[in-house]
Amino acid sequence: MVANIISNVATGARSKGIAAVGPYLKSFSIVIVFVVISAFFAVANEYFMTWLNWVNLLRQSSINGVLAIGVTFVILTKGIDLSVGSVMALAGMIAASLVTSTNQQFVLWAILGGLGTGAALGLLNGVIVTSFNVPPFVATLGMLSMARGLTLIFSEGRPIPNLSESFRWIGGGSVAGVPVPVLILFLVFAIGWVVLSYTTFGRYVYAVGGNDKAARTSGISTRSVIASTYVISGLLAGLAGLVLTSRTTAALPQAGIGYELDAIAAVVIGGTSLAGGRGSLVGTLFGALIIGTINNGMDLMGVSSYYQQLLKGAIIVVAVMLDQFRK
Amino acid sequence: MLLSTGADPEGRDEDAFEARDEPLLVAEGIAKSFNGVPALRGGRLVLKRGTVHALCGGNGAGKSTFLNIVMGLLHRDEGSIRIDGVPVDFRSAAEALRHGVTIITQELSPVPEMTVAENIYLGREPKIGGLVVDFPKMRRAAKQLLDDLEFDVPLTARMRDLSLAQIQLVEIAKALSHRADIVIMDEPTSAIGEHEVHILFNALKRIKARGSAIIYVSHKLTEIFEIADEYTVFRDGRYIESGAISAIDRNHLVTQIVGHEIKTVEKGRPNEGAPILLEVRSLSRGPHFKNISVTVAAGEVLGIYGLLGSGRTEFLETIYGIHAPTAGDVFLDGKKVDPGNPKKCIQRGMAMVPEDRKETGLVLCASIAHNIALSSLALRAVSGFVRRKAEAAATDQMMRLHRIKAASPNVAVETLSGGNQQKVVFARCLLTNPRLLICDEPTRGIDEGSKQEIYAFLREFAAKGNGVLVVSSEAPEILQISDRIAVFRQGRLDRVVDGHETTQQMLTDLAS
Ligand SMILES: Nc1ncnc2c1ncn2[C@@H]1O[C@H](COP(=O)(O)OP(=O)(O)OP(=O)(O)O)[C@@H](O)[C@H]1O
Ligand SMILES: [Mg+2]
Repeated sequence: MVANIISNVATGARSKGIAAVGPYLKSFSIVIVFVVISAFFAVANEYFMTWLNWVNLLRQSSINGVLAIGVTFVILTKGIDLSVGSVMALAGMIAASLVTSTNQQFVLWAILGGLGTGAALGLLNGVIVTSFNVPPFVATLGMLSMARGLTLIFSEGRPIPNLSESFRWIGGGSVAGVPVPVLILFLVFAIGWVVLSYTTFGRYVYAVGGNDKAARTSGISTRSVIASTYVISGLLAGLAGLVLTSRTTAALPQAGIGYELDAIAAVVIGGTSLAGGRGSLVGTLFGALIIGTINNGMDLMGVSSYYQQLLKGAIIVVAVMLDQFRK
Repeated sequence: MLLSTGADPEGRDEDAFEARDEPLLVAEGIAKSFNGVPALRGGRLVLKRGTVHALCGGNGAGKSTFLNIVMGLLHRDEGSIRIDGVPVDFRSAAEALRHGVTIITQELSPVPEMTVAENIYLGREPKIGGLVVDFPKMRRAAKQLLDDLEFDVPLTARMRDLSLAQIQLVEIAKALSHRADIVIMDEPTSAIGEHEVHILFNALKRIKARGSAIIYVSHKLTEIFEIADEYTVFRDGRYIESGAISAIDRNHLVTQIVGHEIKTVEKGRPNEGAPILLEVRSLSRGPHFKNISVTVAAGEVLGIYGLLGSGRTEFLETIYGIHAPTAGDVFLDGKKVDPGNPKKCIQRGMAMVPEDRKETGLVLCASIAHNIALSSLALRAVSGFVRRKAEAAATDQMMRLHRIKAASPNVAVETLSGGNQQKVVFARCLLTNPRLLICDEPTRGIDEGSKQEIYAFLREFAAKGNGVLVVSSEAPEILQISDRIAVFRQGRLDRVVDGHETTQQMLTDLAS
């Protein structure tokens, strides 16, 4: 399969010619933005370009990256998922309670519990959107509040600390010098990319976002495609919740507040259209890296967090403006 | 001129006469390329006052490109445009409008959430004290306009609730309301019926009479011979010829457009006693159509003819599962078809070319290849993975077979000319290997040469033992391809007539 894909990519690139340069140019331009921002910080601070800092930067970006990849699926279908921050908190809380209430061998159960929580809430989002025709913004806004409420009820507003060593490995461990969260990010990215580019489901996601009526006329079960994207988004929010909980070594009831905005920002910076049907995971990955770089670089320069907020917002808008301008 | 230099009053008179005789619009040497691929070279057109000028050409000939350049919607690479002898170079449609040029574009763009009246006066709403929109006045003006044109469109309806034909009527009304000197109409009649076309033609004659001029694009040649005074032909992005319509016949025009002579398709008769492929039993759906029973035998083309609003599209869409019927059943090969599920219908061997390619036919922002492959992705996939090589081979073959003119299979469908877009829809349907092809206005926006190709294709497809169910508003088209014709009237099946013995006059009489 892998060999097949690689050869497909090679022949695809050769046969596409001029007309196909467009999308590549597009993902290319986001790379340029990334490089320019990095170069700026490299000049401003000598520590920025060190291996250690990059490992750190990637780790800081990994949670947002994973969330953003899930949200990309939803946005490609012309939807939106505002609930990922709360869903990750609840998933983390459930996982933490499973870890602390059972013995070491049950880390697997904790992981499955966290992922399952995310997927289940995602499915609920999907069903509300597709079967009851509630606009995605409203449905997931409701879920944002409901999942947060559940987290507070379940935890009685208290953190769950004292997580086991093996659970803490998810967020804190590393393999051959690469932090586990970074590995998770790249794994999720690779799978997501293959799904979007090489499977029928991926094609359906683009088609449904581009024109859902035409997709239905073409014989696509648009509802199940749309609902599936919310499940994916929820599942990845659950995964991000596991990583966050593990890294903070405790499940916090306020975890992940506002994370949905960074995730959506990463998707939009990455060039995915909020109108659906256009976009790519490569863009999203770089979008998340750009946000991570800005955070990291400004931390290094000692910019106060108040100014960081201001500058980050401005950079997001300018990045998208440049993108529009180029079009 | 020389003679009159001494006598001032006479000189003015002659100047005035010359000005009147001078053409209203002269466009010469217009060229335009998209991404380095030339779409138009040396496009020219001379438009005289008080005439209807038909701009003819096959799909992708560059007609829309040319007209969009005149209107300032696209910017030309080369060439000059003069209006009343004054060189112009419009940068926007608003600027063109100020100079008395208006357009009905091929791809309609209504604001779906706004009412008909609001759409007509979009951006130039009558206001009270220059601030608040004067809705009563706007509605009165819109009503007056539509009444004058005799267009039957509900004023307060939202655009998204209108049929494609009604949307087109609104766009026509909107363009005419500008009282422009030059009215450009890019396939204004592709979605409306013969009755509405005649109403439109009456309006055009009035516009002509007041000295304005119309550039008219249509692939329906009958219309051109009815309304046009002059014609210009483009082929493959080049100017071919122009002249008076009275000086040529239909054959000459077709040959100029296509570049070679074409043969019209002869239809054979289907086998007697062929098995029934599709059976529709007393199908009803709400107010749209009631109690309709028809059959399509293997090897047969069943045409459905009727006026706009006679429930034809709803009927087809219900068979294909886009809507669930309120009563009745559909059987394919004697087995009942699950209602309300297009996916199942495709699996059972149906395919549908929908009426409105932009709304329901195509994913406009996706590539040609992705659109063509969309319905049949699952057929060629291996455990959910698209087999790209097989897909590329299949789409390439389809593009060659249907002569889809494009720079590459990877360009977005929205960049194709209208007719080529329609061919992409066809290609998508055929890749699922259907046994029953349901077509709603299959040749909308398709040029004369390709029309005959599609007729030939439909006959051939049926001759292989498949069935075709086709709706068309064009009587000649229905007569040319159908074995039997079901005549619809106000949501009911009036009668089924033999396609070999009916004449055009009989058909239009039956439907009205
Ligand atoms: N925005 C665009 N980008 C790239 N190519 C384009 C674009 N618009 C038009 N073309 C190409 O220019 C050529 C001429 O197109 P045009 O729409 O002018 O044809 P047309 O004569 O109006 O055809 P039809 O009768 O099918 O509407 C076509 O080959 C088309 O693919
Ligand atoms: Mg055109």
